[in-house]
Amino acid sequence: MSSAVELDNLEKRFGKTEIIRGVSLDVKLGERHAVIGPNGAGKSTLFNLISGRLIPSAGSIRLRGENITGLRPFEINRRGLSRSFQVTNIFPRLTVWENVRCAVLWSKGYKYSFWHNIDKLEDVRARTQEILEQINMANRAQIPAGVLTYAEQRALEIGITIAGGADIILLDEPTAGMSRSETEHAVALIRKVSEGRTLIIIEHDMGVVFDLADRISVLVYGQIIATDQPVKIKANQKVQEAYLGAAGHD
Amino acid sequence: MMNLIKSLGIWIAAAILIVILPYVFPSGASITTMCLMGIMIIFALSYNMLLGQSGMLSFGHAVYYGLAAFVTAHTINWAIKSGVPLPLPLIPVAGAVTGLIFGIIFGSVSTKRAGTAFAMISLGLAELVYSSSLILRSFFGGEEGISADRTKLIRFFGYNFGPQIQVYYLIAAWCLLCVILMYAITRTPLGRMCNAVRENPERVEFVGYNPQLVRYIAFSLAGLFAGVAGSLAAINIELAQASFVGAAQSGAVLLAAYIGGVAFFVGPVLGAILVTYLSLTLSDFSEIWVLYFGILFVVIIMFAPYGLSGLLMMHAQFWRGPLGSRLARFGRLFGAYLVAAVPALIMLGGAILFIEMIHHVAQKGAEGANMHFLRRNYITINTHSVLPWIGGIVAMIGGFFAFRLSWPTVANAWHKALLDAQRSGA
Ligand SMILES: Nc1ncnc2c1ncn2[C@@H]1O[C@H](COP(=O)(O)OP(=O)(O)OP(=O)(O)O)[C@@H](O)[C@H]1O
Ligand SMILES: [Mg+2]
Repeated sequence: MSSAVELDNLEKRFGKTEIIRGVSLDVKLGERHAVIGPNGAGKSTLFNLISGRLIPSAGSIRLRGENITGLRPFEINRRGLSRSFQVTNIFPRLTVWENVRCAVLWSKGYKYSFWHNIDKLEDVRARTQEILEQINMANRAQIPAGVLTYAEQRALEIGITIAGGADIILLDEPTAGMSRSETEHAVALIRKVSEGRTLIIIEHDMGVVFDLADRISVLVYGQIIATDQPVKIKANQKVQEAYLGAAGHD
Repeated sequence: MMNLIKSLGIWIAAAILIVILPYVFPSGASITTMCLMGIMIIFALSYNMLLGQSGMLSFGHAVYYGLAAFVTAHTINWAIKSGVPLPLPLIPVAGAVTGLIFGIIFGSVSTKRAGTAFAMISLGLAELVYSSSLILRSFFGGEEGISADRTKLIRFFGYNFGPQIQVYYLIAAWCLLCVILMYAITRTPLGRMCNAVRENPERVEFVGYNPQLVRYIAFSLAGLFAGVAGSLAAINIELAQASFVGAAQSGAVLLAAYIGGVAFFVGPVLGAILVTYLSLTLSDFSEIWVLYFGILFVVIIMFAPYGLSGLLMMHAQFWRGPLGSRLARFGRLFGAYLVAAVPALIMLGGAILFIEMIHHVAQKGAEGANMHFLRRNYITINTHSVLPWIGGIVAMIGGFFAFRLSWPTVANAWHKALLDAQRSGA
């Protein structure tokens, strides 16, 4: 099976503090891969490196075999990798419809066009509608995103992330702060939208993780201490000591 | 076909309005005023491509306007001298190209950054261009500027554009064209991504767009339209001057956009009309009209941050239900406004009297005690008498408190109108 994302000895320092300390990881195409670990372990930083938000201090990142180290976020996005954010990151004063449409435009090839009437672009309209239906927000289309409920904003965050049709998707704690039923809803949504794609997900809810993931990586203090199938991770002594034992009582 | 007429309806109406306006306001002064308004409308809308649409606060938009004006003057002179058959209506194309080229050059520096850095760079570039205008005399013509006789160009279907009314129609046609184009641009992929960049430039990078490039293209296009405006300005007075690239010109367009409101497309149009009108008429009433202008700006920023268009749009929600009830609703609302307007006007009158007397005493004490209030010869006020001072202060303070007392009436009427509109909308 070929690789979707390969990290080779990745390091990231902020000043003198080393946050990511030599991470190597190989996520296969079509895999659902979870990254777990305690607060401040560097999970979000890892996503920031992969998606181009931060540039690594050392090491390399490959996307489907191509070296993307040092590319800017939009260049990486155009190569088919899309991410969501732990802290909701949407366009608050634009409508839900416009939020999703912004994320559709590039993938339909309109680029920086100032000669197409956007309301007449049938492919853009259809795709936007499709995404809104997937995230269950078709009836909220004309509402400014800033006034949505928290759970709705999280769903929109996922909608923006998948709208461009990227086949490698990174989700950073998509269910954090949600109620039980909202989480169930979100997990069903994630399962649906990651069908046939590669998914890397950071998640604190172990129920969600063991339910969703094909493989799990445990990141502790900037290093991956284990990567394996869920049952084996559960049984792993090192993981028990470093993370699961403590987190299990949450 | 019906749809086409519907979507074009507003532009057809605008075209008809433009044609008949000179018949409604036929005086020479009105025609001149409307010419300036048309130019300012283009300029302010081009400014709003930056500020309102893309979130770029520029302090140097006059650079593109002014440089285009100079190129226009030179182009006219060159065409006359070399005998190239270039009719006047095509000359603004030279301004558009100039604005675009300088937008591309300067934008490549300034749009790399957003926010405060962008604003500061725009200010620096404006200073740079203004100071070169004082140095490069052959291009900028020094103190006198560059004059150009528009009537000496080859005639356009028999018109030589000597009479101002012919220039009016030239400006109006370009104005309509530019407004339509700028409106159309807001509804394109680029136009929508400008809004996204304004809202959250970082997120834009993660949906495949380079926010710097979005800003850069928008900036270059804004330069193009500012260039058309500057070109028309040079044609209008047959002169391009250093002040065209100056800070006052950059400030004027910022004021027009803000006063009209940057959140709606029509905002800068309203702002351009009002600012042009006020700057032409207020000077008839006071030497220190710029001060009142500043006060108006501050009041708008503080109490109506969405400008005139914002105030209008706030009232759009009341325009529901049967026509009779709409009119009744607005009637009641404006009744309440009237109640508040009386003390507001008294307060304003008192303040103006007070300010004008201070100005008279401080600046023109040598002319004697008597002042013609608001430059009206029939209102003479003795600034050495204590009565007008007390009158001014009492009107100002009394008006203020009466205005505050009247405010609940307005709030109440507003609330009732809202309820009423909701009921008839449901
Ligand atoms: N831009 C930055 N500058 C300096 N320090 C940073 C920066 N970003 C993250 N850090 C630090 O790096 C560490 C890891 O942060 P990160 O957000 O990656 O953790 P995380 O594993 O996602 O934690 P959580 O589960 O709380 O989201 C933290 O100590 C954080 O303070
Ligand atoms: Mg995190």
